[in-house]
Order: sequence, then structure tokens, then C-alpha cells
Amino acid sequence: MKILIVDDFSTMRRIIKNLLRDLGYNNTAEADDGSTALPMLQNGNYDFLVTDWNMPGMPGIDLLRAVRADPRLKDMPVLMVTAEAKREQIVEAAQAGVNGYIVKPFTAETLKEKINKIFERLQEKG
Amino acid sequence: MENQEDSKEALFRQQQLERARELVTLMESGDEEGAGRLIEEMGRMHESLLFQELGKLTRDLHEALNSFRLDSRLSELTHQDIPDAKERLNYVVAMTDQAAHRTLNAVEAALPVSEALANRARILGADWARFRQREMTVDEFRSVSQALADFLQDTERDAETLRSQLSEVLMAQDFQDLTGQVIRRVMTLVQDLEDNLVGLVRISGKRLSTPEGKDRDAGVQPTGPAVKGTSDHGDVVKSQDDVDDLLSSLGF
Repeated sequence: MKILIVDDFSTMRRIIKNLLRDLGYNNTAEADDGSTALPMLQNGNYDFLVTDWNMPGMPGIDLLRAVRADPRLKDMPVLMVTAEAKREQIVEAAQAGVNGYIVKPFTAETLKEKINKIFERLQEKG
Repeated sequence: MENQEDSKEALFRQQQLERARELVTLMESGDEEGAGRLIEEMGRMHESLLFQELGKLTRDLHEALNSFRLDSRLSELTHQDIPDAKERLNYVVAMTDQAAHRTLNAVEAALPVSEALANRARILGADWARFRQREMTVDEFRSVSQALADFLQDTERDAETLRSQLSEVLMAQDFQDLTGQVIRRVMTLVQDLEDNLVGLVRISGKRLSTPEGKDRDAGVQPTGPAVKGTSDHGDVVKSQDDVDDLLSSLGF
């Protein structure tokens, strides 16, 4: 399982990377905004995307839309981990096709729970 | 600009001088009526210049007041954004304080555990060395063997304690992202305030110009963490449970 972590704060990327390692996912890469992440996704055989929303350059919501618009990436599960907590934003992300939404600050348990849920759903579908 | 003013003034003075000479000629020739008319005309010229200046001043003032009124961003800044910024910086102080304590608590919980493990390992190591050199009685070995079994069991438990305290330290670092976003927002505000103050100085200064009223961000723009006691608190979810409820109401 190859996972891309996108956040403009390197501290948060390291936190998520360590939590994923704890959950048994060792194959991760990092990007600091959507415009760096998108070419990595297009060329890199990733299985899962974890992204922040508020980033200078291309924000996470635009990255999500770009992923859904790309025929090769459109089915990739996307988990949004963000401090954006307005209801309309969560609705916007849902409409753009997000698979999970975690509001910062979050706990290790929340991350684990959401990731498990996303993969359970994918297995049900597949 | 100044040269133009100067030449205008020079021209005006020249004309006045010519009229004054004309006046002298008229008076010397005894044309009282003509002299009277000329004096009146000279007065009118002065008056019209005064009115022109006054008119220009009035227009400047009017435009200055108008542009000031148009630039409502400044009053918004003082009424809402500055008090908000104070709350945001308080949030930063509180978050960094909390993160530091969380880290220190975890360190304080972990240090004695690792110290105790090291002490017991040292004692058992010495016993083990004596055993290998056959300096140990059977009874002594029995008790050391029990201590070794206990130690291995406790090590497994304590390693788990250390792991969870280290995870706590890891999670406590999330403050850097959250406070970083808030500080960036305050920095944008300070920049905005500076721009507006410069605009204000410009309109009250000699050169008149209308500062462009900046459009506020349209639509849903990311704003970073919602901070209590600021204008952030519109329709903001309060917990991950709220997020989950909202998403499940959308069929997730």
C-alpha cells in the first residue's frame, strides 16, 4: 500500500507518517501542496491519498477535484485531514468526492478508525 | 506641475502690471470713468481666482471624504479583525502552552520507567556475569532466575508504556500546524492593515488618490482552525462526531 501525505506543515506530515507506520503502512511519500502532489500521483502508483485543505499554492479541495477528474486517479480513496471545520466546507468536500474527513486536532484512534472504514467500504464495493 | 503654476502666476502678474500702467495712463489723461472701470475689473479678476482656489479645495475635500467612506475595509479591520487577531494570538499561546505541557507530562512519565529498566538490567547483568563464572549457589540462581523472568515480563509492559508516551509526544506536535495557520492569518491581517494605513496617509497627504477597496474573499476560502471568541464562529462543527454525523446525513 503506497500512500501520499500532502500537508504544507512538515510537522503534520511527520505526525501522519508516524501514525500510518504505527498502523502498518510503511510505504509513504510526502508533498507540501496540491500542485506538487498531483504529478506525483499521476506518475507514482499510489493507492491512497491523505491531504490537508488549507495550503498555499493548490489547496486540498482542488487537488481532490483534480484527482476525481483524472481518469487514472478518479477511484483513488482520499482522506482529508484539515483544520477547516465549517459545515459548508465538509459538504463541499463530500460533494467533491472525499472518502473521509478528519478535523484537526485529531487522535491516533480517529485516524485508524477512518482509514479502516475507507478500506472496508472499498472491499465491500470491490 | 510647479513650473506650470509659476508661469501661470508670472502671466497673472504681467497682466496686473499692464493694467496698472494702463490705469496710470488713464488717470493722467483724466479719464476718471475709464479708470473706475479698470479698477473694478482688476478686483473681479482677483475674486474669480479666489473662487477657483476655493472650488478646487472643496472638490479635494469631497473626494477625500468619499474615498474614505468607500474604504470600509479599514473600519472592518478596527471593529472586527483586530479584536479577532487578539483572540487568535491568545489561541496560539494556549495551544503552545498545552502542547508543551503534554510533551513534558509524557517525558516525565517515561523517564522513571526507562531509568528503572536500566537499573534492573544493570543488577541482573552483574548477577548473570557471576552465574557465567560459576560463582553462584543453586539457591541464589533460583532467585536470580525468577528475577530474570519478572524482568522480561516487566520489560514488555514498560516498553509499551514508553511507546504510548512517545506517541503522546508525537501527537502533541500538531500544535505547530494549527498555530502556524493562525499566525499566517494574523500576518495577512497586519499586511492588510499596513496597506490601508498607507492608503489613508496617501489621501490625507498632498497627493490625492483613491485607495482601491479590496474585495473580501468570495466563497468558501480555507481559514485554518476556528478560534473561539472570534468572528470564525459561524456554522462550525465542534467535534469529529459532528463531522461524522454531517457526513452520514449526506449518505456517507
